Amino acid sequence: MKELKILAVVVFFTLVTYWGVEPYAHHAMHKKVDAQGNEIVVESHDFAYADLKEVKAKGDIEAGKAMISACTGCHSIASQKMPAPMDASASAGAYGVNPPDLSNAGAVFDEKFLVNFIMNPTHASKVEHKFKDGKVYPMPVVAPDEQTAANIVAYLKSIAPKELSSKEAYETACGRCHAMRYTKWTQIGFMPKTRPNIVTHQDVEKLKFEQKVAEYQGSLAKYMGKLPPDLSIMIRARSEHFMETFIEDPQSQLAGTAMPRVGVSKEGYEKVIAYLEESGDPSKPKREAVGPWVLGFFFIFTLLAYLWKQAHWRDLH
Amino acid sequence: MAHFDKAMPFSNKWMDQRLAVNTLQKVMSTEYWIPKNINFLWAMGMILAATFGILVISGIFLLMYYVPDAGNAAAFDSVNYTIMSEVGYGWFWRHIHGVGASLVFLIIYIHMFTGIYYGSYKRGRELIWLSGMGLFIVFSAEAFSGYMLPWGQMSYWAGMVITNLFAGATPDVLGGALNFPHFVEWLRGDYVPGQAFLGRFFMLHVLLMPLVIMGLIVLHFGTLRIPHVNNQDGEEVDFEESAALWKAGRKKEAKVIPFKPVFLSKDVFVMGVYFILFFYLVFYHFEFAMDPVNFDPADPLKTPTHIYPEWYFLWSYEILRPFSKNVGLIWFAFAQGILMTLPFLDRSSNVAPANRRGLFGIWFWALLIDMITLTIMGKLPPTDPTFSMIGYIAAVTFIGLWVVLPFITMMEKPVGGKK
Repeated sequence: MKELKILAVVVFFTLVTYWGVEPYAHHAMHKKVDAQGNEIVVESHDFAYADLKEVKAKGDIEAGKAMISACTGCHSIASQKMPAPMDASASAGAYGVNPPDLSNAGAVFDEKFLVNFIMNPTHASKVEHKFKDGKVYPMPVVAPDEQTAANIVAYLKSIAPKELSSKEAYETACGRCHAMRYTKWTQIGFMPKTRPNIVTHQDVEKLKFEQKVAEYQGSLAKYMGKLPPDLSIMIRARSEHFMETFIEDPQSQLAGTAMPRVGVSKEGYEKVIAYLEESGDPSKPKREAVGPWVLGFFFIFTLLAYLWKQAHWRDLH
Repeated sequence: MAHFDKAMPFSNKWMDQRLAVNTLQKVMSTEYWIPKNINFLWAMGMILAATFGILVISGIFLLMYYVPDAGNAAAFDSVNYTIMSEVGYGWFWRHIHGVGASLVFLIIYIHMFTGIYYGSYKRGRELIWLSGMGLFIVFSAEAFSGYMLPWGQMSYWAGMVITNLFAGATPDVLGGALNFPHFVEWLRGDYVPGQAFLGRFFMLHVLLMPLVIMGLIVLHFGTLRIPHVNNQDGEEVDFEESAALWKAGRKKEAKVIPFKPVFLSKDVFVMGVYFILFFYLVFYHFEFAMDPVNFDPADPLKTPTHIYPEWYFLWSYEILRPFSKNVGLIWFAFAQGILMTLPFLDRSSNVAPANRRGLFGIWFWALLIDMITLTIMGKLPPTDPTFSMIGYIAAVTFIGLWVVLPFITMMEKPVGGKK
């Protein structure tokens, strides 16, 4: 039929244009090449951290627990009632960034990565390019041997919760550098619920909190070179592939970046992404629920319209 | 003074005496005659009207929550947080608006190429073409101003690049006589795109441009009335004779059909097919219409690696890009205006499908393929020598095609209206 041929021509040229301006153009724009101009394909390796040393030592939980005071000089472990020695802003002032609370570390980070990280932090997190010429990484090496490091990790895993929420994963892995204003997360915690004074309309508690955040961000920006971006809607600004490969190894996508490899495990990564989706793409479940109904409506609409059209056009020729 | 019989208020008679509703109905629909010899491409006008309607309705919902505030990512957050997270079904309206803005251009281009292919811009139809091209230009301004509103990285930098075009040629051209000093600053209301810039584009997008579009749509419909719609063979139809046949019940012999209900029934069917595509895109494939770069808030200190316009501007952007600044500006202006002159550059009196018009047939497909090539090259990084060479050749070809058009159509032999 002639109309179908015309439709085929229209669809063909539309699809060629679409292919050119979408998949092909984005491939060409994000292509990474080496010095010789050869394409570099950045692939995800399932958070296996193959470049790091294989851990042979079997961790001893009790030995790790005995060692933990080496960590709690800087880190808090809220779940074990071990408080932080300083508040977040003061810590950031001293170290550049607030050392993370270790309650959930065993659940978010990869075991092999953690052992390697404790033995050699800048190597494991791939920030050796930042800490040279006398610049010292804020975390000292407290356990240079594999067995001690494995013991500490075994202990951290033993205290880690079995079920971790996506929010907790985000806080532990990303939250000390990246704010998320759509969920009211700041680098030092969620914005507290406060109320303005009814007479002056001033909210002193809020202003105090904001001042702390501002001070923290000042130290952080100095430490990182710039303020790490807010991640509220990052899930829509970057592709899935970019997110996965970047989080697995920031240097692979952005050579020289100040962002450390944080060493999340595969499950930890999935939790973090789930939280980014909650914040940046909250309509996803609703879209999936409503979509079939709307499309169904238009299928029926089109069918009825076709019958109506046939009723009028049948006897025209 | 008119005579008014007694009639039940709001009854047909009552309304007819006051508003001539019956005449209006006849003139506008039941006795508005359309040729029978048409295909689904003749439904594109109604699809455009419907898409514009959808854009207006979704735009009204978005306008209730949008905040045109360039400071502190407030505009950005009103779109990406308030509308996407807090407003019930706000995401639905936004995706409709975004997808609709892209699809409206796809249909405009199909509509335009249909007109070029069937020669529907001459023999009394020149004003249809001109008012249609006017709509194309105003829709472009509408799309561009709307793209500024989310105030993301691409909004900001596209605004920067496009307003920079108005800085004119470099001063060595005619001693800078073409360049008004501080014109760009006047346009932006600031040295860089900022609050004044956003406020102006907001006004253009939600008020001035839609008003002009609505006025032009009325004009566009009006220009159709006397020359009537063209048909698949460019045949000159005697509308009065055919209408008389239709009214006498000789439907098979009549070459025309009434707009309502016969033409409309086909329009609505085509529209149904279109809406399936439309809502499939809204729910499952909206990313193509919402560039990821624009989900980073505007940052004057961080230029995106690649800045490119939306796909529907790419062909004219690619005519600007391969040349040096001054030359590029001239050809860019040429590309913006040249389509307008089509009815006058086509010197042949043939109104027939391009494929029956000899060289013009080749010209048509060359133009289509050239514009698609320009579109694709317009988004690829110009740093690649192959792409920029293809883009350069396509740009020169575009210019060349319009230069040869009067000559090839002058040589064209007359073809019969009907096969």
